[in-house]
Amino acid sequence: MAVGESQLESGTESDEGVEARVGWRYTLARIADDTTARWGLYIVAVVLLVALYAFVDSNLSRLTLGAVSDYTFANAIPIFDHPTRIPDPGEGRANVPPAFHPEGTLEYPLGTDRNGRDYFTRIVYGTQVSVMVGLISTVLGLVGGTIIGAVAGYYGGAIDDVLMRAIETLYSIPPLILVIVFTVFVGGANIWYAVLGVGLAFVPVFARIIRSQVLSVREMDYIEAARAAGVRDRHIILRHVVPNSFAPVLVYATLQIGVTILIVAGLSFLGYGAQPPTPDWGQMLNTSHGYMHSNIWLSIWPGLAIVITIMGFNLFGDGLQDALDPRIDD
Amino acid sequence: MSSEPLLRVENLKTQFFTDAGTVRAVDGISFEVYEGEIVGLVGESGAGKSVASMSLLRLVERPGEIVGGEVTYKGETVFGLEEGPDGELREREEMLSNEAVRERIRGNEIAVIFQDPMESLNPVFTVGGQLREVIELNRGLSKEAARAEAIEMLREVGIPDPEERYEEYPHQFSGGMRQRVLIAMALACEPSLIVADEPTTALDVTVEGQIIDLVDELQAKYDTSFIWVTHDMGVVAEICDRVNVMYLGEIVEQAPVDELFHDTKHPYTRALLNSMPRPDRTVAELEPIEGVMPEAISPPSGCRFHPRCPDAREVCRRVHPEPEEVARADSHPHNAACLKHDAFDVGYDGSAPLEGDPRTTAGGSGGEGGE
Repeated sequence: MAVGESQLESGTESDEGVEARVGWRYTLARIADDTTARWGLYIVAVVLLVALYAFVDSNLSRLTLGAVSDYTFANAIPIFDHPTRIPDPGEGRANVPPAFHPEGTLEYPLGTDRNGRDYFTRIVYGTQVSVMVGLISTVLGLVGGTIIGAVAGYYGGAIDDVLMRAIETLYSIPPLILVIVFTVFVGGANIWYAVLGVGLAFVPVFARIIRSQVLSVREMDYIEAARAAGVRDRHIILRHVVPNSFAPVLVYATLQIGVTILIVAGLSFLGYGAQPPTPDWGQMLNTSHGYMHSNIWLSIWPGLAIVITIMGFNLFGDGLQDALDPRIDD
Repeated sequence: MSSEPLLRVENLKTQFFTDAGTVRAVDGISFEVYEGEIVGLVGESGAGKSVASMSLLRLVERPGEIVGGEVTYKGETVFGLEEGPDGELREREEMLSNEAVRERIRGNEIAVIFQDPMESLNPVFTVGGQLREVIELNRGLSKEAARAEAIEMLREVGIPDPEERYEEYPHQFSGGMRQRVLIAMALACEPSLIVADEPTTALDVTVEGQIIDLVDELQAKYDTSFIWVTHDMGVVAEICDRVNVMYLGEIVEQAPVDELFHDTKHPYTRALLNSMPRPDRTVAELEPIEGVMPEAISPPSGCRFHPRCPDAREVCRRVHPEPEEVARADSHPHNAACLKHDAFDVGYDGSAPLEGDPRTTAGGSGGEGGE
């Protein structure tokens, strides 16, 4: 009965007109209706909150002189310029197992590493690195790809040919190799170079999606109307072409955040990304893989963190895709 | 009317260079628009009406190109070619630059209303926002002033509760309401000329009537000139002062509207009028024009209408008529491009009538024209 009622409701036009099938509110409502997407949203929200906490805490602790064992995260991410404090291994007990282990203690819920640093705190701080890396390089790729794809698609002709051939050349190089070569080329292993490199590596993907959208959007009458009203090309691209081509890219970007996090973690694992003592999940895997036999937990926790985060972004992205697709009905 | 026209188009030619060959979409048309006048541009689909009107604003896209003729607006050369020293055609020095056309002419001097109101508004922004933006960009007003002006314009074109509707998106408007918004947008920059490209074709008849009344009213108030592109002779009769009938890229008849209807001089115009559904005639009495319009890529020889023309004679196949003045009304010439008139002394009367079914003699493969 409830189903019948809701169908009736959505099928009836109220006085305020037909309910809009666009807009943030509608999209969010669609996501809230979809169980997997909702879980994706929860995971993403938790990950973002944890990252925000770590960011505030690591930067605050420098001001307030040590919240919790501040040597542990002094090197979280150098947003603000501050003297690098070398963690002091003498203070904690090294290689404490997780709390559920008979030898574990609640003081270190996930145990400590071989330097005696609290692993839980490092995982929490690693969130900050992963989220920032994922967001920033995705945004870089998105902005770069959008500009190139929109210009190529809008103007067409020779401009399109030149831009898209360049993009395809870039696209033909495997991203991991491209980023490694890039980081080596610009000055060595550094998390920010890795972020920049990953952003660059994903410009082609976004450029191609945007371009294919622009090819149909540019034929719309409102583009012609804008041109007939004497609007500049730049303004037409930014105000009319890009906003109308953006939905599929937005979905792709959400899925891309997960991929980006994975790639940067891989880079850090290989030693081209975050450097110790920065608590980055990939870097933590790198440090811990030598101790897999003596303490497997040191590898499991960061691995699990990566899996959960990526799963969250992917579930959310899938849900967003369904929510933005007008063909899929409730 | 002896004063200088607002817009003068002379021998305008626009061609599309496609793989299949050159499509002569607009092939040497000339007409004038005087101040405060509504001039009709009438013809079948593919006659080149839209291309002609877009050419006025130099908005022809690749592979199309304006290849000849002159467009003069308020004494300024919007488009003009001259012969260079080496015999090559080149753009005249006084021709306005792309920037000048974009910033001064488009929107500010000549505005366009498009055919499909459903597609002519950007779906991701509010109606008011788009209208405000146009005003802001073209008239250099502040955001608040532009907003007030936009609401005023919405009220002017008959949109109820303009303050509330201002915040709504295009999909919340009906077709007729959207067309009103587009008219508001065109009028917002107070242009002297509005090109209306089949603005009522996508609307149903009652709404069409309302829109035409609205335009009539606003035209009287603002004294804006219109070029009204349409294939609907009924609309022409209702709204236009003078009419240009286009066939296959050429203007075949030019006359004040009453003159055109009551003293039709070109067989094509007559055929158009006869094929128009009217309440006083049944479908069986309608006389659709025989055959289809040939492709502009390979127009028939001589008079382009001769394969479909009931009055065609042998001479029509050989001689290409340019419009000549065949009568005069209200100090405006009545031009027609048909050899049967005395103004053409090519021996029409002595020529033998063409035999055969017009459909089988129509040139081309019968596809769509070059629009």
